[in-house]
Amino acid sequence: MNFSLTDEQEALREAAVDALGRVDFVGGARAALDGGPLPDVWPTAREAGWTGLLVPERFGGAGLDPFDGMLVLEQCGRRLTGAGLIGHLAATLILAGSDHELLEPLATGEQRAAVVWGEEFELDVAGADWLVTRGGVLPASDAVIEPVIRGDASRPLARVHVSDEPKPHQSVVFVHAWQVTQALLAADALGVAERMLEMSVDYAKERYAFGRAIGSYQAIKQQIVEILRHAGTARSLLFYAGYAAEARPDELPLAASAARFAAEEAAEYATRTCIAVHGGIGATWEHDAHLYWRRAQLSRLLLGGVAGAADRVAEEIIESARQKETV
Amino acid sequence: MNLDDTPSQAEFRARARAWLTEHRHESPPPVAGLHVEDPEPYREWQGKLARAGLVGVTWPVAYGGGGLGPSEEMIAGDEIARAGCSQIVDHIAIGELGPTLIAYGTEEQKQRYVGPMLYGTEGWCQLFSEPGAGSDLAGISTRARSTDDGWVLNGQKVWTTLAQFADYGLLLARTNPDVPKHRGLTIFVVPMDAPGVTVRPLRLMSGSAPFNEVFFDDVALDADAVVGPVDGGWGVSITTLMYERLMALSAFEHLSPAPEQLIAPLLGSPALNDGYVRRKIAEATVDRLALRYTAYRALSDLQGGRMPGPEAGLGKIGVVEAGRKAAALIAEVLGPDALTGQWGELAAEMPGMRSAGGTEEILRNTIGERVLGLPSEPRLDKDVPFSELART
Repeated sequence: MNFSLTDEQEALREAAVDALGRVDFVGGARAALDGGPLPDVWPTAREAGWTGLLVPERFGGAGLDPFDGMLVLEQCGRRLTGAGLIGHLAATLILAGSDHELLEPLATGEQRAAVVWGEEFELDVAGADWLVTRGGVLPASDAVIEPVIRGDASRPLARVHVSDEPKPHQSVVFVHAWQVTQALLAADALGVAERMLEMSVDYAKERYAFGRAIGSYQAIKQQIVEILRHAGTARSLLFYAGYAAEARPDELPLAASAARFAAEEAAEYATRTCIAVHGGIGATWEHDAHLYWRRAQLSRLLLGGVAGAADRVAEEIIESARQKETV
Repeated sequence: MNLDDTPSQAEFRARARAWLTEHRHESPPPVAGLHVEDPEPYREWQGKLARAGLVGVTWPVAYGGGGLGPSEEMIAGDEIARAGCSQIVDHIAIGELGPTLIAYGTEEQKQRYVGPMLYGTEGWCQLFSEPGAGSDLAGISTRARSTDDGWVLNGQKVWTTLAQFADYGLLLARTNPDVPKHRGLTIFVVPMDAPGVTVRPLRLMSGSAPFNEVFFDDVALDADAVVGPVDGGWGVSITTLMYERLMALSAFEHLSPAPEQLIAPLLGSPALNDGYVRRKIAEATVDRLALRYTAYRALSDLQGGRMPGPEAGLGKIGVVEAGRKAAALIAEVLGPDALTGQWGELAAEMPGMRSAGGTEEILRNTIGERVLGLPSEPRLDKDVPFSELART
């Protein structure tokens, strides 16, 4: 058994921390709320090779596993960035199933792709050159795309209209990519929770009241440890999802949905607790906490959201219990 | 990332599976937990498992153990469960007390006690918590006074699992009250049949009596009953508690109902199509499922030579949450019938489980301070001799 990060994965994670630290993405997320431009993660993603992370090596990609993508997305969540990345990774995963000719330009990041899942609010479509739908691939220019912002300017959404002929034979790989996307969203949400934990701990150590650091009060300390606990639950299930994506495809629907549910719940708890630990200052526009809170509030509604994730967890475990009962 | 066995682990698993296939019919009915009406069949079974190398997996070979790692211990537990056999009930002895004796006992103590403990011919209990000291364990007041030829013991312990079936107990006592509380403690081996030892079952809100109160009235102990240094018992007990933490990683997984078991009584109910019910099922499942993968992460750390952080202990909170949520949901779906029998008992166990093995609050405090580096509350007992402390 090995459920730890490999040296390569540690290196990938550290490189992501480093690369994402060079741009003020968090400040950019605030400015974008007031109508400013959102800092583009794409140059960073291309330089770091994330655009080809899931593309097989023979098409110029890194040929890595979904779990490696999750490690990158966790860091994106911490920095409130990554717009375009989840959709691109999912699109390349689908296209890799058919050795698609677009894989090479997508791997280098020269071209960007996103998946149209059939949701009211689609993810990462803004800025994409190609759209992957249930039926195939089309240039983004062939679709009607209406960009929208809902609550969180760090994650641009779009309403998309395409005329699309469904081709059911592709549905297996499409569904797989959808499950992986659940795990990538979970990783992003975990990053949010982890950043909130850090900010809460730092503030609880430096803020004094009644002659001592507020982190010494159990009322504060225990709320912060609850962030750690929720994040730990999410991380364990994210590891499960990464493992299932590689080795246990039958368990991926359960693992990815459980990870998604746990991570979104962790981010929700972490963001509101971080705000509370900071007192009134945490609820101001100038403070970063609400930017993360916004990220968590929107994230938990996307692509089926926590409600859909919970329903799938229930479905999978009920089915598993039925099978065990009949054995 | 993988859950694959290494070649030697695969061999261990194959041997375990082969042995269990042949001997599964000798297992008593599986139990969930550490509490049974009669431990004898389980101790007999434990002896067989131990001789097959499936108990005491991490103990040194010199003391009858397997000399292997916690991953192999997990494998043994998994295979026992897979074969439909019972786990052992003397988890506290095998997981904590044996390793403590092996670490701190004299050679004579080890030769005398460790073998019968492993093979289940002598039962053991852990005599740490007291009515006046649980979270603040170093505040215990059971007193051991030295005499010409040994020690004499007076006081009371509580929450003692399997004390009524124990031949020996490992006990934490105060030997010097005139120094700060951590410094005047000593660990003893106490024969449970010694004159002056009284065991009384403690009936809980669930109706069952899984724990005991144990009273000591002028119990005479030999000089060689001391384990580790006199007045150095706190360090020994820290070791015991560290083993408890390690044991909990795999034991919780093997002793708690699996996610499928938690929802089994709902199968067949039309309520399974209800959105509220499904959401609650998901919440309990996620809490319970996380435990398994938290354990795998911690075991991987151990396998890689790293000590897992105490935060892995937070998994206990999730297990209790999962049990509470599942029992509440089952009652909501099945109605008052579910308040009796197995699920009623589970529901009635969960409130007390919040405090078992360390309250949730003390767990969070410890982790807040040791993992997150948050400052501790000011302490009124720091550097004050125990005899001068305000106590319950």
